[in-house]
Amino acid sequence: MTDPRITAPRNGERPGVPWTGWDAPRERWLLSGFPRDGRERAVLLELAARIVFPTVLVLSIYLLFAGHDRAGGGFSGGLVAGQAFALRYLAGGRMDDSAIISLRPPVLIGLGLTIATLTGFLPLVFGQELLESAIFKISVPLLGQIKFVSSILLDIGVYLLIIGVVLDLLRTLGSGVEADAAAAERGQA
Amino acid sequence: MSAFVLVHLLVALALPIVARRNTGMAFAIAALPPAAALTWVLARSGAVLSGDAIVEEVPWSPLLGLEFTFRLDALAVLMTLLVSGIGVLVLVYSIGYFHAGSGDARRSAPLLLTFAGTMFGLILADDLLTVYVFWELTTVCSFLLVGQAGISRESRRSALQALMITTMGGLVMLLGFVVLGEAAGTYRISEIVAEPPGGTPLAVAASLILVGALTKSAQVPFHNWLPTAMVAPTPISAYLHAASMVKAGVFLVARLGPVFVGVPEWWLPTVVFGLITMVFGGWRALHETDLKKLLAYGTVSQLGFLMVLVGQGTYAAALAGAAMLLAHGMFKATLFLVVGIVDHQTGTRDVRELSGLGRRMPALATIAALAVASMAGLPPMLGFLGKEAAFGAFLEEGGGTGLLIDFVLLLGSVFTVAYSARMLWGAFARKPGVAPTGGKQPGAVLLVPAAIPAFAGVVLGIGYPLTDELAGSYAAVYGAGVDPLHLELWHGFELPLLFSVVAVAAGLWVHAMRVPLTALRRRLPKPLDAQRGYERIMALLERTAVGVTGRTQVGSLPTYLAIILLTVVAVPGSVLVYHAHVPADMALHHNLLQIPLAILVIIAAIAVVRAKRRLTAVLLVGVIGYGIGGLFIVDGGPDVALAQFLVETLTMVAFVFVLRRLPARFTKGDAARSLRWPKLALSVAGGVVIALGAVLFSAARQQPPAVSADFIAQSEEGAGATNIVNAILVDFRAFDTVGEISVLAVAATGVASLVLASRFDRRRRSSRGAQATAPAERPGVVLSGNGNGRRQEEEEQS
Repeated sequence: MTDPRITAPRNGERPGVPWTGWDAPRERWLLSGFPRDGRERAVLLELAARIVFPTVLVLSIYLLFAGHDRAGGGFSGGLVAGQAFALRYLAGGRMDDSAIISLRPPVLIGLGLTIATLTGFLPLVFGQELLESAIFKISVPLLGQIKFVSSILLDIGVYLLIIGVVLDLLRTLGSGVEADAAAAERGQA
Repeated sequence: MSAFVLVHLLVALALPIVARRNTGMAFAIAALPPAAALTWVLARSGAVLSGDAIVEEVPWSPLLGLEFTFRLDALAVLMTLLVSGIGVLVLVYSIGYFHAGSGDARRSAPLLLTFAGTMFGLILADDLLTVYVFWELTTVCSFLLVGQAGISRESRRSALQALMITTMGGLVMLLGFVVLGEAAGTYRISEIVAEPPGGTPLAVAASLILVGALTKSAQVPFHNWLPTAMVAPTPISAYLHAASMVKAGVFLVARLGPVFVGVPEWWLPTVVFGLITMVFGGWRALHETDLKKLLAYGTVSQLGFLMVLVGQGTYAAALAGAAMLLAHGMFKATLFLVVGIVDHQTGTRDVRELSGLGRRMPALATIAALAVASMAGLPPMLGFLGKEAAFGAFLEEGGGTGLLIDFVLLLGSVFTVAYSARMLWGAFARKPGVAPTGGKQPGAVLLVPAAIPAFAGVVLGIGYPLTDELAGSYAAVYGAGVDPLHLELWHGFELPLLFSVVAVAAGLWVHAMRVPLTALRRRLPKPLDAQRGYERIMALLERTAVGVTGRTQVGSLPTYLAIILLTVVAVPGSVLVYHAHVPADMALHHNLLQIPLAILVIIAAIAVVRAKRRLTAVLLVGVIGYGIGGLFIVDGGPDVALAQFLVETLTMVAFVFVLRRLPARFTKGDAARSLRWPKLALSVAGGVVIALGAVLFSAARQQPPAVSADFIAQSEEGAGATNIVNAILVDFRAFDTVGEISVLAVAATGVASLVLASRFDRRRRSSRGAQATAPAERPGVVLSGNGNGRRQEEEEQS
């Protein structure tokens, strides 16, 4: 499905794009122009959301990994990431289809739960107790000592699950209610 | 032993993949685990029968004292012959019986194997709780097997009935297990048998456990689920009836019998209900025209007989019981498989339609005749051994009671002979005025599994010393005494022989009189019908449920909130006020920053109550939340504060989403105005109780709590974390975390489906409204699921 308004070249799909064009954006930064659901648009908010979105995601990942030693963790990280999506939604509404990857909330929830559960069972394979965690410390040149604790996997599961829950919330209460309202206006309901 | 049980279940898990490609192969593979188990048990049977039980313990939850304990003793060997032996035969037979690739076949192979595995676990279990686990697993398996795809209403109803009755019994039985286990101080059956507790607990446990055993083994008045469960495919019926499910109750009575020797609450019900069941089942079987139903009532009757024998608690009765258990498994398996073949080859199993099949399928008729002879108790079959011993056991006991029991058993045996004859006559005889039945000859894959238990019945009858040893080593738990009864073909001219002769002669006469007898039965009044009773009870239950739900679930949010608040104020609140001790060292504040934050929260709280617009109210609630987050920061809990802020933000977003569909201002009806003061009082009371609770509970905390100290000490090296909160979440209490996120996943999915479902509903309704003008509407939408009870009620009222 291609959107006619996206005119920027897509590198991977179109052969013959000069290598100099590799950094050309694959989509527009802003869905400027006509609003599709006929409401007024807060362009500034949309722009801010676009700019802030990746930063917030990075912050959320930082929180996820920092959690073991400082404030943060999978729960907080997941909520922050979820709120990045909420911001996008609040700015763009349900017509905001600018995300490249479509994340299906039930899949994310299931994935998170699966990862968390499997992490619990993983130690059994190595002859340890259920849910036991292992600590690995590796020395890397330049970066110094890096600590890896296997319980981070559990945290990643929590993180994904929380994002899924928030996206589910957006899907049902957000766009779901909005679609209902639109349907009511058209006189269907 | 646990490995064998596990292999059953694991292979069953993998079977659906095979069954999708080739159902015959699936059944063939499914036959392997029971065959292996049977071989293993038989190889050890010599030592076991001479008294050396093999014990295996698998710790399950050692801290709670839970373990899977398996013990191979004489009774287990006996039951393995049935469970695994007949299991293999049924599975092999299924290759020929089920149509290749049919849905029934795909479902049945893994389910039957699971069933065989759980039954195998049940008979080996030496721990009361392990018994319960396997017991209920068999219930679930039978539900799935009887229900099959659940397409026909009859199979759904039968499966549900079997589930309801046996689970109800199972729960009562669990209660009995707990009473017994607590009274004895151990849940290990072998230890309880060695040192049974005494007194009232034993009597209570006996009655409770018997409820489970009687329901599972379909004793009157719980027998009705068994004949209705006949809707299952025949191999499944064969397995359920001959070897497993219904034998579980008899097995349990046999297993726990030594504990309850001489307890009247144990032997009296088993004997009374057993005798009633035996006579009643036999009487009903006399009038059935469906061969499978006939066999089903025959099973009910035989189970009653077995119950009488194993519940008695004497060496002789146990000996007879063990022999009959074996005999019944053998002949009933054969007969069910034979009926399955008849049904499969001719397309009918109605007595009135079958004719002349004996001449067309002589091999099948011979096999059936052998089994029927064993069922009727003709020498030299295994059934004869068992029945002689049974008569002998009660004669040996002597007295009026023994004689009375013997006479009822004789009556039951007369019926047994009569329906045995009816079975043989119904399936194979040439009936005048009925066209000879057609149909193809059955193949070896169907015939051989049916033939093996039939011949086993002969072999075990003629080889009676072997049978005697097998049954005797089980009966030995009761103490053999000086001159113990033996299973023999020839005792001499004694009373049991006379009884047998009378039973056969009278039974044949009853069979000859079948037409007038059936007419007589039609004329008899039917004061009690268990099936009708069950249906009445279920309808009553559903009506009560509807009534209760209609009165409690009124659908008003304020009402629900009021009920919740009232409960909080009344139950914990009253206790709190009663025991309240205001802590001595209460300070107004610990940190100056708390004061402005507290004032902010209080102002916002007052403003919420005064707010006229919903959005304002939500924003003010948000202010309260952030204020509390601020308090967390002041108290040095950045983690908690972060979570609080994030959750608060998300909650507000969710609120705003929902608010779009609600009016902007709060609206008040007249009713709301009149309820204003009660509402106010209730909410103030609720607030005070919760605030009071918060103060008192936090004052009750010790400084510093022992658990926290442990966590602090462990977090760095144990979990590799310097953030203790996170260490607790993902390491120390990771199990809780996994549980909580599972709850979250379920809740999110539930909410999402509710919201989306209502939308879907609305859309469908609107589209149907658009179609309403179309001339031809569909005849009616059949609502699947719970229409049963309602429809039943209507039927009853009409």
